Amino acid sequence: MSVIAPNFRLSGFIRSILDNVFWIIVLVTLAGIPAIQIVLFYIEMPVIDGELLTPFLALTWLADPSRVLPIVKALMATDLFRIAVFPGFGLAALLAAGTIFVERKMLAKLQLRVGPFYCGKFEGILQLAGDGLKLISKEIIIPAKADKPIFWLAPVAFVGTAAAFVSLIPVAPGGWVVADVELGILAVFAVIGFFPIITILSAWSANSKFPFIGGIRALHQMISFEIPLILSLLGVVMLAGTLNLTGIVESQDSFPWIVFLPVGAVVFFICILAELERIPFDLPEAESEIVAGWLTEFSGMMYGLVQLGTYLKLYAFAAIFTVMFLAGWHGPMIVPPFPAEIITDGIQLGPVTATIPGLPLFDQEMLNGTIWFIIKTVAVIFFILLPRGVFPRIRIDMLLSLGWYKLIGLSFINIFIALGLLYAGVLGPGGMI
Amino acid sequence: MSAQLPPGLQLEKTDERIMTLNVGPQHPGSGHMRLIVQIDGDYIVACDPDPGYVHRGEEKMAEYRNYITNIPHLERPVIHDSCNILYPYVLGVEDILGIEVPERAKYVRVIASELNRCVYTLYWLAIYGIFLGHSTMFMWPTGDRELFIDLLEKMTGARVTHAYMVPGGVRNDLPANFEDVCLRQVDYFEKRIAEYADVFYDNPILIARTENTGVLSRTDAIRLGTTGSVLRASGVDYDIRKREPYDVYDSLDFETNVLRAGDAYARSKIPWLDMMESCRIIRDALSKMPKSGSVRVKLKPNPKGGEESVYRRVESGRGALGCHIISRKKPEPYRVKLSVGSFRNLIALPYLLKGERLGNMPSVYWSLNYWPVEADR
Repeated sequence: MSVIAPNFRLSGFIRSILDNVFWIIVLVTLAGIPAIQIVLFYIEMPVIDGELLTPFLALTWLADPSRVLPIVKALMATDLFRIAVFPGFGLAALLAAGTIFVERKMLAKLQLRVGPFYCGKFEGILQLAGDGLKLISKEIIIPAKADKPIFWLAPVAFVGTAAAFVSLIPVAPGGWVVADVELGILAVFAVIGFFPIITILSAWSANSKFPFIGGIRALHQMISFEIPLILSLLGVVMLAGTLNLTGIVESQDSFPWIVFLPVGAVVFFICILAELERIPFDLPEAESEIVAGWLTEFSGMMYGLVQLGTYLKLYAFAAIFTVMFLAGWHGPMIVPPFPAEIITDGIQLGPVTATIPGLPLFDQEMLNGTIWFIIKTVAVIFFILLPRGVFPRIRIDMLLSLGWYKLIGLSFINIFIALGLLYAGVLGPGGMI
Repeated sequence: MSAQLPPGLQLEKTDERIMTLNVGPQHPGSGHMRLIVQIDGDYIVACDPDPGYVHRGEEKMAEYRNYITNIPHLERPVIHDSCNILYPYVLGVEDILGIEVPERAKYVRVIASELNRCVYTLYWLAIYGIFLGHSTMFMWPTGDRELFIDLLEKMTGARVTHAYMVPGGVRNDLPANFEDVCLRQVDYFEKRIAEYADVFYDNPILIARTENTGVLSRTDAIRLGTTGSVLRASGVDYDIRKREPYDVYDSLDFETNVLRAGDAYARSKIPWLDMMESCRIIRDALSKMPKSGSVRVKLKPNPKGGEESVYRRVESGRGALGCHIISRKKPEPYRVKLSVGSFRNLIALPYLLKGERLGNMPSVYWSLNYWPVEADR
């Protein structure tokens, strides 16, 4: 008898598998084979290379790498792939999902409990999927006196803005970035500037007291922390001599800027915590004072969208920290080079030799850069998550005095350090002189 | 317009600048009560506590049951502190019926009530932690509570509602190996609560947030009639266990914790210090307890008292807890009046919250050591 699942029986498990097999066989015989017959009967199939193209032949071609790989490479060169899959939304959503899982398990370990455990057999790994399904299946309730169009718009705009933020991040060398803006840092600041607007719009449109207070708090917090956030990155811009994010990463070829600008890195990290509304700066969602702050009236998938946007934003801020201070994708080469014989001579697979043209899909630098970028970003995310287990929430007056006095002062000190390094001739724009 | 509404129900705006917030009873930061808070910007102008959502008529119910069957329902107002809320009732009934309690039973009662005080205080502390947004401080005390809940389960057979105190002693004797297990748990627990200082009480953000908020001066604390940890945090050395020692408290070795600051931080620290004293009391009582002997005096069925009235009080987790019993030569008491610390402490809330920031509301409110169900009875 297992401790993890007390009601687990091997016989029941086998029976459920047999049930599934039975239904697959039934559905394939009753629906799948007739469907193929209909296609074959009604549609005139073309003749290609002297062969009649049947659905079975088309499936065979899908397994042939020499026919599929060029298509895959062409797809990967499109903007759609970049937006939806690799440096864009797919990677960010994957990392966000991983972040939620790690956050819950890590916090649980810190608090001497187990955390998600049952869902998905291994350490509750499917808990997030379950939560998502629950949110989707819930009814969306909109307050009667809410301003409905704006109330609907807010979560969507929140996710959209977070996704726009994600698109600015250069992940790997060789142009793996969705939008390589020449003035990348300014674009980042512009995107960050949207969040308070969306927050206050959603809070105001809900027409309820607690969201209103939460929205006002979020507005105070985000605006007062945007200034030190912008100022703390100025030092990096001075030393790198460019506003382009890719250029900033390339300028950190020999060492990351955190070595010379630790003050700026600390200020930027604290500002990230405040912009993300994470503990100890989670005043806009302070549950014991104002229920859930500006999220109070959201229900169902609207809440789910806001949460998705929050975690995309978390990933994006951590990635910006990596890009600005931790040298982005730079790191020792850990990926082995792709053997050239596979391209020229083919690869020996048992008795047959398969020649696969079109390989490799990704080059060595890109894979290595991606791995280092993800390692560094995950480390930053971990440090963003950690205060949640250690600190209580602070008060709005403490928050404002921290933002307006201390952090702005520290970020000016950081700028002077950068200027000093420039004028002393230690560093020039673009790296070591 | 607002003059036509009954008092306590003025939900609409009365002034252009002032917003009325209904904190509770379905608010995550209120408990089973409502705080009607008026705020001007971020500052609280007025706060009107509105308890009574969990009034169960315990006192009236007690007039229809005899002295023994009153026990299980009189502990319901604070099930986490059930030994302490039954203690004054049981002492009063013993006075009325003229029962002399065996020596061993007195020590067992003291141990049970101190264990229960820790269980209550840990629960209170957990909620204080989550009110301040500190989720680790919610989980740690909730987990450590299990130590004492397990001990009390060994003693009484129930995990939460023990109904352990009976007139004439306690319901049943301690199990055979209780002393060893208890000492082991208490040793471990003392190690654990020392760690609470690292994560919570010495946390700079917590200190900056709760220090000098909701300051209750010594004179105000006395004038408003607060008790327990609230009174002791304001610098008044007042503990019923020292002032009017009941059972064997006069023979035990412990101190009363007093802090002078009177702010939310001091009020939250006193119960934590009290838990350390409780551990001392438990250890001392275990060493001084007679190793054998009866723990319960056999009573007649349906005992009747004389024509008299008794008032006894004890120090509960929330301060002085009194019980006034009037007997009229019947098996049932004529009147049972519980005078609870929670309600006395709540009186201070409107004074403390006036002029505070909204962010201080949860910390000041919960630092008053208020238990809504007990105050409503």
